[in-house]
Amino acid sequence: MFWDKKMETLKSKDLESLQLKRLKTTVHAVQDIGFYRDQFAKAEISPADIKTLDDVEKLPFTRKQDLRDGYPFGFFAVPLKQIVRIHTTSGTTGKPTVVGYTRKDLDTWANLIARNMTMIGVTEDDIFQNMVNYGMFTGGLGFHYGAEKIGMTVIPSATGNTRRQIEMIRDFGVTTIHCTPSYAMHLSEVAEEMHEDLPTLKTGIFGAEPWSDTMRHTLEERLGVTAYDSYGMSELFGPGVAFECPERNGLHIWHDSYFVEIINPKTGERLSDGERGELVVTPLVKEAMPLIRYRTGDVTMLMEDGCLCGRGKKLARLTGRSDDMLIIRGINVFPSQIEHVLLRIPEVGNQFMVYIDRINHLDEMTVEVEINRSHFSGELADLAKIQKKVVKELHDTLELRTTVKLVEPGSLPRFEGKAKRVIDRRSDM
Amino acid sequence: MDTKKYVIKQISIFSENRPGRLAAVAQALGEEKINILAFSIAEANGFGVIRALVDHPEKAYKKLSSLGYNVAFTDVIAVQMKDQPGGLYDIAKVLGDSGINIEYSYAYSGKKVAVLILRVDQVEDAIEKIQGAGATLLEHTVFH
Repeated sequence: MFWDKKMETLKSKDLESLQLKRLKTTVHAVQDIGFYRDQFAKAEISPADIKTLDDVEKLPFTRKQDLRDGYPFGFFAVPLKQIVRIHTTSGTTGKPTVVGYTRKDLDTWANLIARNMTMIGVTEDDIFQNMVNYGMFTGGLGFHYGAEKIGMTVIPSATGNTRRQIEMIRDFGVTTIHCTPSYAMHLSEVAEEMHEDLPTLKTGIFGAEPWSDTMRHTLEERLGVTAYDSYGMSELFGPGVAFECPERNGLHIWHDSYFVEIINPKTGERLSDGERGELVVTPLVKEAMPLIRYRTGDVTMLMEDGCLCGRGKKLARLTGRSDDMLIIRGINVFPSQIEHVLLRIPEVGNQFMVYIDRINHLDEMTVEVEINRSHFSGELADLAKIQKKVVKELHDTLELRTTVKLVEPGSLPRFEGKAKRVIDRRSDM
Repeated sequence: MDTKKYVIKQISIFSENRPGRLAAVAQALGEEKINILAFSIAEANGFGVIRALVDHPEKAYKKLSSLGYNVAFTDVIAVQMKDQPGGLYDIAKVLGDSGINIEYSYAYSGKKVAVLILRVDQVEDAIEKIQGAGATLLEHTVFH
Protein backbone atom coordinates (compact mmCIF):
# COMPACT_ATOMS: atom_id res chain seq x y z
CA MET A 1 0.00 0.00 0.00
CA PHE A 2 1.12 3.55 -0.76
CA TRP A 3 0.42 6.84 1.01
CA ASP A 4 1.93 8.96 -1.79
CA LYS A 5 2.57 6.54 -4.63
CA LYS A 6 3.99 9.06 -7.06
CA MET A 7 6.65 10.33 -4.65
CA GLU A 8 7.42 6.95 -3.16
CA THR A 9 8.13 5.34 -6.52
CA LEU A 10 9.81 8.26 -8.26
CA LYS A 11 12.90 6.97 -10.10
CA SER A 12 15.89 7.91 -12.25
CA LYS A 13 15.48 11.13 -14.29
CA ASP A 14 12.24 12.21 -12.60
CA LEU A 15 13.68 11.70 -9.15
CA GLU A 16 16.97 13.37 -10.01
CA SER A 17 15.37 16.45 -11.45
CA LEU A 18 13.14 16.81 -8.38
CA GLN A 19 16.13 16.30 -6.09
CA LEU A 20 18.16 18.91 -7.96
CA LYS A 21 15.33 21.42 -7.83
CA ARG A 22 14.89 20.88 -4.10
CA LEU A 23 18.63 20.88 -3.48
CA LYS A 24 18.92 24.29 -5.12
CA THR A 25 16.07 25.59 -2.96
CA THR A 26 17.79 24.20 0.14
CA VAL A 27 21.16 25.69 -0.77
CA HIS A 28 19.48 29.08 -1.12
CA ALA A 29 17.55 28.65 2.12
CA VAL A 30 20.68 27.95 4.19
CA GLN A 31 22.08 31.34 3.21
CA ASP A 32 19.88 32.67 6.01
CA ILE A 33 22.04 30.75 8.49
CA GLY A 34 25.28 32.45 9.55
CA PHE A 35 27.17 29.16 9.83
CA TYR A 36 26.49 28.32 6.17
CA ARG A 37 27.23 31.80 4.89
CA ASP A 38 30.66 31.47 6.52
CA GLN A 39 31.18 27.93 5.27
CA PHE A 40 30.20 28.81 1.71
CA ALA A 41 32.49 31.83 1.78
CA LYS A 42 35.35 29.73 3.11
CA ALA A 43 34.84 27.14 0.37
CA GLU A 44 34.47 29.97 -2.16
CA ILE A 45 31.21 28.67 -3.52
CA SER A 46 27.85 30.25 -4.01
CA PRO A 47 24.40 28.71 -4.45
CA ALA A 48 24.72 29.35 -8.19
CA ASP A 49 27.57 26.81 -8.34
CA ILE A 50 25.13 23.97 -7.70
CA LYS A 51 24.14 22.97 -11.21
CA THR A 52 24.01 19.18 -10.95
CA LEU A 53 23.43 16.70 -8.14
CA ASP A 54 27.13 15.80 -8.19
CA ASP A 55 27.93 19.39 -7.27
CA VAL A 56 26.84 18.45 -3.75
CA GLU A 57 30.37 17.21 -3.24
CA LYS A 58 31.60 20.80 -3.39
CA LEU A 59 29.53 21.63 -0.32
CA PRO A 60 30.85 21.49 3.24
CA PHE A 61 29.70 18.86 5.74
CA THR A 62 27.64 19.72 8.80
CA ARG A 63 28.51 17.95 12.04
CA LYS A 64 26.57 17.51 15.25
CA GLN A 65 29.17 19.67 16.95
CA ASP A 66 28.33 22.52 14.55
CA LEU A 67 24.69 22.33 15.61
CA ARG A 68 25.71 22.44 19.24
CA ASP A 69 27.86 25.48 18.58
CA GLY A 70 24.76 27.16 17.17
CA TYR A 71 22.85 26.65 20.42
CA PRO A 72 20.08 27.53 20.78
CA PHE A 73 18.65 28.95 17.55
CA GLY A 74 21.71 29.44 15.35
CA PHE A 75 20.51 26.98 12.69
CA PHE A 76 17.01 28.34 12.21
CA ALA A 77 16.52 29.71 8.70
CA VAL A 78 13.20 31.35 9.53
CA PRO A 79 12.17 33.87 12.21
CA LEU A 80 11.21 32.31 15.53
CA LYS A 81 7.58 33.30 15.10
CA GLN A 82 7.34 30.84 12.22
CA ILE A 83 8.68 28.04 14.38
CA VAL A 84 5.76 26.19 15.92
CA ARG A 85 7.65 23.51 17.80
CA ILE A 86 11.04 22.78 19.29
CA HIS A 87 12.56 19.43 20.16
CA THR A 88 15.99 18.71 21.55
CA THR A 89 18.36 15.83 21.34
CA SER A 90 21.46 15.06 23.34
CA GLY A 91 24.55 16.94 22.28
CA THR A 92 28.11 15.75 22.65
CA THR A 93 28.65 17.89 25.74
CA GLY A 94 26.39 19.55 28.27
CA LYS A 95 24.22 21.40 25.81
CA PRO A 96 21.51 19.69 23.77
CA THR A 97 21.01 20.08 20.05
CA VAL A 98 17.92 22.13 19.31
CA VAL A 99 15.71 21.38 16.33
CA GLY A 100 12.78 23.52 15.18
CA TYR A 101 9.77 23.00 12.93
CA THR A 102 7.50 25.28 10.95
CA ARG A 103 3.85 24.36 10.55
CA LYS A 104 4.68 23.01 7.11
CA ASP A 105 7.58 20.98 8.51
CA LEU A 106 5.25 19.27 10.96
CA ASP A 107 2.88 18.41 8.12
CA THR A 108 5.72 17.14 5.92
CA TRP A 109 7.03 15.04 8.78
CA ALA A 110 3.61 13.57 9.60
CA ASN A 111 3.19 12.66 5.93
CA LEU A 112 6.54 10.85 5.92
CA ILE A 113 5.48 8.81 8.95
CA ALA A 114 2.17 8.14 7.23
CA ARG A 115 4.09 6.82 4.20
CA ASN A 116 6.04 4.44 6.43
CA MET A 117 3.07 3.10 8.28
CA THR A 118 0.95 2.74 5.17
CA MET A 119 3.84 0.92 3.50
CA ILE A 120 3.59 -1.85 6.12
CA GLY A 121 -0.15 -2.17 5.73
CA VAL A 122 -1.35 -0.16 8.68
CA THR A 123 -4.62 1.75 8.05
CA GLU A 124 -7.27 3.87 9.73
CA ASP A 125 -8.79 0.63 11.01
CA ASP A 126 -5.79 0.06 13.24
CA ILE A 127 -5.43 0.90 16.92
CA PHE A 128 -1.99 2.23 17.72
CA GLN A 129 -0.24 2.37 21.08
CA ASN A 130 2.78 4.66 21.02
CA MET A 131 5.03 3.51 23.84
CA VAL A 132 7.89 5.99 23.60
CA ASN A 133 8.76 9.21 25.40
CA TYR A 134 6.46 12.10 24.51
CA GLY A 135 8.67 14.90 25.75
CA MET A 136 11.59 16.45 23.95
CA PHE A 137 12.32 13.13 22.22
CA THR A 138 10.94 13.25 18.67
CA GLY A 139 9.75 9.63 18.69
CA GLY A 140 6.59 10.33 20.67
CA LEU A 141 4.98 13.28 18.93
CA GLY A 142 6.48 12.30 15.57
CA PHE A 143 4.68 8.97 15.38
CA HIS A 144 1.63 10.41 17.10
CA TYR A 145 0.92 12.95 14.37
CA GLY A 146 1.83 10.51 11.60
CA ALA A 147 -0.60 7.92 12.92
CA GLU A 148 -3.34 10.53 13.34
CA LYS A 149 -2.71 11.67 9.77
CA ILE A 150 -3.55 8.14 8.61
CA GLY A 151 -6.60 8.18 10.82
CA MET A 152 -5.53 5.45 13.17
CA THR A 153 -6.90 5.35 16.70
CA VAL A 154 -3.92 6.61 18.67
CA ILE A 155 -3.16 5.82 22.31
CA PRO A 156 -0.40 8.15 23.54
CA SER A 157 0.62 5.81 26.33
CA ALA A 158 4.25 7.00 26.43
CA THR A 159 6.70 5.05 28.59
CA GLY A 160 6.53 3.32 31.93
CA ASN A 161 4.04 1.23 33.89
CA THR A 162 4.34 -1.86 31.75
CA ARG A 163 1.40 -3.69 33.35
CA ARG A 164 -0.88 -0.77 32.54
CA GLN A 165 0.48 -0.75 28.98
CA ILE A 166 -0.46 -4.40 28.65
CA GLU A 167 -3.94 -3.84 30.07
CA MET A 168 -4.52 -1.11 27.50
CA ILE A 169 -3.34 -3.30 24.65
CA ARG A 170 -5.77 -5.97 25.84
CA ASP A 171 -8.75 -3.73 26.67
CA PHE A 172 -8.49 -1.40 23.68
CA GLY A 173 -7.72 -4.18 21.19
CA VAL A 174 -4.44 -2.58 20.10
CA THR A 175 -3.16 -3.88 16.74
CA THR A 176 0.01 -1.82 16.29
CA ILE A 177 2.70 -0.81 18.75
CA HIS A 178 5.75 1.43 18.54
CA CYS A 179 8.60 1.25 21.05
CA THR A 180 12.28 0.42 21.35
CA PRO A 181 13.08 -3.25 20.66
CA SER A 182 14.44 -3.70 24.18
CA TYR A 183 11.25 -2.33 25.70
CA ALA A 184 9.24 -4.67 23.46
CA MET A 185 11.24 -7.54 24.89
CA HIS A 186 10.48 -6.40 28.42
CA LEU A 187 6.81 -5.96 27.52
CA SER A 188 6.63 -9.53 26.24
CA GLU A 189 8.01 -10.84 29.51
CA VAL A 190 5.62 -8.90 31.66
CA ALA A 191 2.74 -10.02 29.42
CA GLU A 192 3.83 -13.59 29.98
CA GLU A 193 3.91 -13.09 33.75
CA MET A 194 0.39 -11.65 33.55
CA HIS A 195 -0.73 -14.61 31.40
CA GLU A 196 -1.80 -12.21 28.66
CA ASP A 197 -1.28 -13.38 25.10
CA LEU A 198 -2.44 -10.10 23.49
CA PRO A 199 -4.16 -11.70 20.46
CA THR A 200 -5.10 -8.41 18.77
CA LEU A 201 -1.46 -7.37 18.18
CA LYS A 202 -0.22 -7.79 14.63
CA THR A 203 2.35 -5.07 13.87
CA GLY A 204 5.38 -3.97 15.85
CA ILE A 205 7.38 -0.89 14.86
CA PHE A 206 10.72 -0.85 16.62
CA GLY A 207 13.42 1.77 16.43
CA ALA A 208 15.70 4.28 18.17
CA GLU A 209 18.36 1.64 18.80
CA PRO A 210 20.06 -1.05 16.71
CA TRP A 211 18.63 -4.55 16.89
CA SER A 212 19.43 -7.86 15.25
CA ASP A 213 17.43 -10.33 13.19
CA THR A 214 17.67 -12.75 16.11
CA MET A 215 15.89 -10.18 18.22
CA ARG A 216 13.33 -9.75 15.44
CA HIS A 217 12.48 -13.45 15.46
CA THR A 218 12.24 -13.54 19.24
CA LEU A 219 9.96 -10.49 19.35
CA GLU A 220 7.75 -11.80 16.58
CA GLU A 221 7.36 -15.11 18.32
CA ARG A 222 6.75 -13.68 21.77
CA LEU A 223 4.40 -10.85 20.81
CA GLY A 224 2.74 -12.36 17.74
CA VAL A 225 3.63 -9.35 15.60
CA THR A 226 5.41 -8.73 12.34
CA ALA A 227 8.34 -6.53 13.35
CA TYR A 228 9.57 -3.56 11.29
CA ASP A 229 12.70 -1.47 11.71
CA SER A 230 12.31 2.30 11.87
CA TYR A 231 15.13 4.82 11.48
CA GLY A 232 15.34 8.52 12.03
CA MET A 233 16.99 11.31 13.97
CA SER A 234 15.83 14.65 15.30
CA GLU A 235 18.13 16.60 12.99
CA LEU A 236 16.25 15.06 10.04
CA PHE A 237 12.81 15.74 11.63
CA GLY A 238 12.85 12.62 13.81
CA PRO A 239 11.61 9.10 13.16
CA GLY A 240 10.31 8.34 9.69
CA VAL A 241 13.46 9.00 7.68
CA ALA A 242 13.83 5.36 6.62
CA PHE A 243 11.68 2.33 7.24
CA GLU A 244 11.38 -1.32 6.29
CA CYS A 245 8.78 -2.36 3.73
CA PRO A 246 7.06 -5.76 3.92
CA GLU A 247 10.13 -7.35 2.25
CA ARG A 248 12.03 -6.50 5.44
CA ASN A 249 15.38 -6.52 3.75
CA GLY A 250 16.76 -3.03 4.16
CA LEU A 251 15.11 0.30 4.88
CA HIS A 252 13.56 2.61 2.29
CA ILE A 253 14.77 6.14 2.70
CA TRP A 254 12.59 8.79 1.10
CA HIS A 255 14.80 10.03 -1.73
CA ASP A 256 12.48 12.86 -2.68
CA SER A 257 12.94 14.27 0.83
CA TYR A 258 16.46 13.24 1.76
CA PHE A 259 19.51 13.33 -0.50
CA VAL A 260 21.69 10.40 0.54
CA GLU A 261 25.45 9.95 0.34
CA ILE A 262 27.61 7.27 1.92
CA ILE A 263 31.10 8.45 2.72
CA ASN A 264 34.32 7.16 4.16
CA PRO A 265 34.16 8.82 7.58
CA LYS A 266 37.93 9.30 7.69
CA THR A 267 38.52 10.85 4.28
CA GLY A 268 35.08 12.25 3.51
CA GLU A 269 35.23 10.53 0.12
CA ARG A 270 32.00 9.33 -1.39
CA LEU A 271 31.53 5.54 -1.57
CA SER A 272 29.67 3.47 -4.14
CA ASP A 273 26.52 1.47 -3.62
CA GLY A 274 27.26 -1.70 -1.70
CA GLU A 275 30.12 -0.08 0.22
CA ARG A 276 29.66 0.49 3.92
CA GLY A 277 30.34 3.93 5.33
CA GLU A 278 28.81 6.87 7.16
CA LEU A 279 25.36 8.03 6.15
CA VAL A 280 25.37 11.68 5.12
CA VAL A 281 22.01 13.30 4.46
CA THR A 282 20.97 16.59 2.92
CA PRO A 283 17.30 17.05 3.78
CA LEU A 284 15.46 18.47 0.77
CA VAL A 285 12.16 19.52 2.30
CA LYS A 286 12.98 21.15 5.63
CA GLU A 287 11.96 24.77 6.16
CA ALA A 288 12.85 25.76 9.70
CA MET A 289 16.18 24.04 9.84
CA PRO A 290 17.60 23.11 6.44
CA LEU A 291 20.93 21.33 6.63
CA ILE A 292 23.68 20.59 4.14
CA ARG A 293 25.42 17.22 4.08
CA TYR A 294 24.60 16.31 7.65
CA ARG A 295 26.90 13.65 9.04
CA THR A 296 24.62 11.26 10.88
CA GLY A 297 27.43 9.20 12.39
CA ASP A 298 25.43 6.08 11.52
CA VAL A 299 27.13 3.35 9.51
CA THR A 300 25.24 1.71 6.64
CA MET A 301 25.34 1.28 2.86
CA LEU A 302 23.07 1.84 -0.09
CA MET A 303 21.86 -1.53 -1.35
CA GLU A 304 22.47 -2.26 -5.00
CA ASP A 305 19.37 -4.28 -5.71
CA GLY A 306 15.94 -2.84 -6.30
CA CYS A 307 12.95 -3.80 -4.18
CA LEU A 308 9.89 -5.81 -5.12
CA CYS A 309 7.67 -3.17 -3.54
CA GLY A 310 8.61 -0.70 -6.28
CA ARG A 311 10.11 2.00 -4.06
CA GLY A 312 13.61 3.41 -4.31
CA LYS A 313 17.06 2.35 -3.16
CA LYS A 314 17.30 0.97 0.34
CA LEU A 315 19.72 1.44 3.20
CA ALA A 316 21.11 -1.66 4.86
CA ARG A 317 20.04 -1.99 8.47
CA LEU A 318 22.04 0.29 10.68
CA THR A 319 24.46 -1.52 12.88
CA GLY A 320 26.99 0.86 14.25
CA ARG A 321 28.34 4.35 14.63
CA SER A 322 31.31 6.09 13.09
CA ASP A 323 31.71 8.05 16.33
CA ASP A 324 31.53 7.04 19.98
CA MET A 325 27.81 7.69 20.51
CA LEU A 326 26.07 5.07 22.61
CA ILE A 327 22.42 4.19 22.45
CA ILE A 328 21.11 3.26 25.89
CA ARG A 329 17.43 2.37 26.13
CA GLY A 330 16.90 4.37 22.97
CA ILE A 331 18.61 7.47 24.35
CA ASN A 332 21.73 8.84 22.69
CA VAL A 333 24.66 9.20 25.03
CA PHE A 334 28.10 10.56 24.24
CA PRO A 335 30.93 9.65 26.61
CA SER A 336 31.94 13.32 26.47
CA GLN A 337 28.64 14.22 28.17
CA ILE A 338 29.58 12.05 31.12
CA GLU A 339 32.97 13.72 31.31
CA HIS A 340 31.27 17.11 31.21
CA VAL A 341 29.02 16.21 34.14
CA LEU A 342 31.91 14.89 36.21
CA LEU A 343 33.90 18.09 35.64
CA ARG A 344 31.14 19.95 37.44
CA ILE A 345 31.34 17.76 40.56
CA PRO A 346 34.43 18.55 42.67
CA GLU A 347 33.89 15.57 44.97
CA VAL A 348 34.86 13.12 42.24
CA GLY A 349 37.72 12.91 39.79
CA ASN A 350 37.41 13.37 36.02
CA GLN A 351 38.47 9.86 35.06
CA PHE A 352 35.64 7.45 34.45
CA MET A 353 34.71 4.09 32.99
CA VAL A 354 31.33 3.15 31.59
CA TYR A 355 29.99 -0.40 31.48
CA ILE A 356 26.87 -1.25 29.54
CA ASP A 357 25.00 -4.44 30.17
CA ARG A 358 21.67 -5.81 29.11
CA ILE A 359 19.84 -7.07 32.15
CA ASN A 360 16.36 -8.53 31.65
CA HIS A 361 16.49 -7.15 28.10
CA LEU A 362 16.94 -3.58 29.31
CA ASP A 363 20.15 -1.62 28.95
CA GLU A 364 21.87 -0.76 32.19
CA MET A 365 24.70 1.72 32.37
CA THR A 366 27.22 1.69 35.18
CA VAL A 367 29.61 4.59 35.62
CA GLU A 368 32.71 4.20 37.76
CA VAL A 369 34.19 7.38 39.15
CA GLU A 370 37.03 8.03 41.52
CA ILE A 371 36.40 9.74 44.78
CA ASN A 372 38.42 12.93 45.00
CA ARG A 373 41.14 12.59 47.64
CA SER A 374 40.53 15.98 49.19
CA HIS A 375 36.80 15.43 49.53
CA PHE A 376 36.98 12.25 51.60
CA SER A 377 35.72 13.03 55.08
CA GLY A 378 36.06 9.50 56.34
CA GLU A 379 32.31 9.20 56.75
CA LEU A 380 30.29 6.64 54.87
CA ALA A 381 27.22 8.86 54.84
CA ASP A 382 29.13 11.61 53.01
CA LEU A 383 30.24 9.10 50.40
CA ALA A 384 26.64 7.97 49.90
CA LYS A 385 25.68 11.64 49.41
CA ILE A 386 28.38 12.07 46.76
CA GLN A 387 27.19 8.93 45.01
CA LYS A 388 23.61 10.20 44.95
CA LYS A 389 24.74 13.57 43.67
CA VAL A 390 26.58 11.99 40.73
CA VAL A 391 23.53 9.85 39.89
CA LYS A 392 21.32 12.92 39.93
CA GLU A 393 23.64 15.11 37.86
CA LEU A 394 24.04 12.36 35.28
CA HIS A 395 20.29 11.90 35.19
CA ASP A 396 19.70 15.63 34.72
CA THR A 397 22.02 15.73 31.75
CA LEU A 398 21.52 12.35 30.10
CA GLU A 399 17.88 11.81 31.11
CA LEU A 400 18.99 8.34 31.97
CA ARG A 401 19.11 6.41 35.20
CA THR A 402 22.60 5.07 35.81
CA THR A 403 24.35 3.10 38.50
CA VAL A 404 27.31 5.02 39.89
CA LYS A 405 30.18 3.22 41.56
CA LEU A 406 32.66 5.16 43.62
CA VAL A 407 36.14 3.73 43.29
CA GLU A 408 39.47 4.47 44.90
CA PRO A 409 41.47 7.44 43.62
CA GLY A 410 43.99 6.44 40.99
CA SER A 411 42.39 3.05 40.41
CA LEU A 412 40.78 3.74 37.02
CA PRO A 413 42.86 3.24 33.89
CA ARG A 414 44.62 6.32 32.48
CA PHE A 415 44.83 6.49 28.71
CA GLU A 416 47.69 8.03 26.85
CA GLY A 417 46.48 7.30 23.35
CA LYS A 418 42.87 6.85 22.36
CA ALA A 419 40.84 6.44 25.50
CA LYS A 420 38.68 3.37 25.76
CA ARG A 421 36.36 4.34 28.55
CA VAL A 422 33.31 2.44 27.39
CA ILE A 423 32.92 -1.31 27.72
CA ASP A 424 29.77 -2.45 25.99
CA ARG A 425 28.91 -5.90 27.29
CA ARG A 426 25.54 -6.15 25.60
CA SER A 427 25.19 -9.23 23.49
CA ASP A 428 22.32 -10.13 21.17
CA MET A 429 21.74 -6.64 19.87
CA MET B 1 37.52 20.01 81.92
CA ASP B 2 40.15 18.86 79.52
CA THR B 3 38.21 16.67 77.16
CA LYS B 4 40.95 16.63 74.52
CA LYS B 5 42.81 13.73 76.02
CA TYR B 6 39.78 11.53 75.49
CA VAL B 7 39.51 12.28 71.81
CA ILE B 8 40.98 9.41 69.84
CA LYS B 9 42.09 9.57 66.22
CA GLN B 10 40.45 6.86 64.16
CA ILE B 11 41.74 6.35 60.65
CA SER B 12 39.05 5.91 58.00
CA ILE B 13 40.06 4.34 54.72
CA PHE B 14 37.91 4.46 51.60
CA SER B 15 37.78 1.08 49.94
CA GLU B 16 35.96 -0.50 47.07
CA ASN B 17 33.97 -3.48 48.15
CA ARG B 18 35.87 -6.26 46.42
CA PRO B 19 38.03 -9.22 47.35
CA GLY B 20 41.51 -8.46 48.60
CA ARG B 21 41.03 -4.83 49.65
CA LEU B 22 41.17 -5.47 53.39
CA ALA B 23 44.16 -7.78 52.97
CA ALA B 24 46.00 -5.03 51.08
CA VAL B 25 45.36 -2.48 53.83
CA ALA B 26 46.29 -4.92 56.58
CA GLN B 27 49.47 -5.89 54.76
CA ALA B 28 50.54 -2.27 54.42
CA LEU B 29 50.00 -1.67 58.14
CA GLY B 30 51.81 -4.89 59.02
CA GLU B 31 54.84 -3.90 56.98
CA GLU B 32 55.09 -0.68 59.00
CA LYS B 33 54.74 -2.65 62.25
CA ILE B 34 51.54 -0.78 62.99
CA ASN B 35 49.24 -2.62 65.35
CA ILE B 36 45.49 -2.52 64.84
CA LEU B 37 43.74 -2.26 68.19
CA ALA B 38 40.16 -2.18 66.95
CA PHE B 39 38.52 -1.95 63.61
CA SER B 40 35.28 -2.27 61.70
CA ILE B 41 34.09 -2.20 58.13
CA ALA B 42 31.05 -0.22 57.01
CA GLU B 43 29.71 -0.93 53.60
CA ALA B 44 27.36 0.89 51.29
CA ASN B 45 26.56 0.47 47.62
CA GLY B 46 29.70 -1.13 46.17
CA PHE B 47 32.14 0.68 48.43
CA GLY B 48 32.95 0.88 52.09
CA VAL B 49 35.00 2.54 54.78
CA ILE B 50 37.51 0.63 56.87
CA ARG B 51 37.75 2.22 60.29
CA ALA B 52 40.60 1.40 62.61
CA LEU B 53 42.25 2.43 65.84
CA VAL B 54 45.96 1.89 65.46
CA ASP B 55 48.97 2.49 67.67
CA HIS B 56 50.63 4.88 65.21
CA PRO B 57 47.90 6.78 63.34
CA GLU B 58 50.20 9.34 61.66
CA LYS B 59 52.47 6.62 60.36
CA ALA B 60 49.47 4.64 59.14
CA TYR B 61 48.06 7.73 57.41
CA LYS B 62 51.35 8.40 55.67
CA LYS B 63 51.88 4.83 54.57
CA LEU B 64 48.36 4.32 53.23
CA SER B 65 48.29 7.71 51.51
CA SER B 66 51.62 6.96 49.84
CA LEU B 67 50.07 3.79 48.45
CA GLY B 68 47.25 5.85 46.97
CA TYR B 69 44.57 5.14 49.55
CA ASN B 70 42.10 7.80 50.48
CA VAL B 71 42.51 8.18 54.22
CA ALA B 72 40.98 10.57 56.73
CA PHE B 73 41.11 11.03 60.49
CA THR B 74 37.90 10.90 62.45
CA ASP B 75 37.48 11.81 66.12
CA VAL B 76 36.00 9.04 68.24
CA ILE B 77 35.84 8.24 71.95
CA ALA B 78 36.34 4.94 73.76
CA VAL B 79 34.33 3.98 76.81
CA GLN B 80 35.08 1.17 79.16
CA MET B 81 32.11 -1.10 79.69
CA LYS B 82 31.41 -3.73 82.26
CA ASP B 83 31.81 -7.00 80.39
CA GLN B 84 28.51 -8.33 81.68
CA PRO B 85 24.82 -8.20 80.78
CA GLY B 86 23.57 -4.61 80.78
CA GLY B 87 27.04 -3.14 80.23
CA LEU B 88 26.19 -1.62 76.85
CA TYR B 89 22.83 -0.40 78.12
CA ASP B 90 24.43 1.77 80.82
CA ILE B 91 26.47 3.71 78.28
CA ALA B 92 23.90 3.90 75.53
CA LYS B 93 21.27 5.20 77.97
CA VAL B 94 23.48 8.06 79.13
CA LEU B 95 23.94 9.26 75.59
CA GLY B 96 20.32 8.70 74.61
CA ASP B 97 19.04 10.63 77.63
CA SER B 98 21.36 13.50 76.77
CA GLY B 99 20.16 13.69 73.20
CA ILE B 100 23.54 12.71 71.80
CA ASN B 101 23.34 10.65 68.66
CA ILE B 102 25.62 7.72 68.00
CA GLU B 103 26.55 7.80 64.33
CA TYR B 104 28.27 4.47 64.48
CA SER B 105 30.03 2.31 66.98
CA TYR B 106 32.06 -0.85 67.33
CA ALA B 107 33.45 -2.70 70.29
CA TYR B 108 36.08 -5.10 71.44
CA SER B 109 36.20 -7.33 74.47
CA GLY B 110 39.64 -7.54 76.07
CA LYS B 111 40.96 -9.70 78.86
CA LYS B 112 39.65 -7.54 81.66
CA VAL B 113 37.15 -5.14 80.17
CA ALA B 114 35.05 -4.48 77.11
CA VAL B 115 35.57 -1.24 75.22
CA LEU B 116 33.00 0.58 73.15
CA ILE B 117 34.29 2.89 70.40
CA LEU B 118 31.79 5.62 69.60
CA ARG B 119 31.45 8.17 66.85
CA VAL B 120 28.94 10.70 68.13
CA ASP B 121 27.58 13.97 66.82
CA GLN B 122 28.67 16.02 69.87
CA VAL B 123 32.03 14.77 71.08
CA GLU B 124 32.66 17.12 74.05
CA ASP B 125 29.13 16.80 75.36
CA ALA B 126 29.37 13.04 75.16
CA ILE B 127 32.63 13.03 77.11
CA GLU B 128 31.16 15.16 79.87
CA LYS B 129 27.95 13.19 80.16
CA ILE B 130 29.72 9.84 80.21
CA GLN B 131 32.10 10.99 82.88
CA GLY B 132 29.26 12.59 84.80
CA ALA B 133 27.52 9.23 84.83
CA GLY B 134 30.60 7.67 86.42
CA ALA B 135 31.72 5.64 83.44
CA THR B 136 35.38 5.42 82.41
CA LEU B 137 36.66 6.92 79.21
CA LEU B 138 39.95 5.72 77.82
CA GLU B 139 42.54 8.36 77.07
CA HIS B 140 44.09 8.42 73.65
CA THR B 141 47.44 7.48 75.15
CA VAL B 142 45.97 4.04 75.76
CA PHE B 143 45.95 3.59 72.00
CA HIS B 144 48.67 5.79 70.66
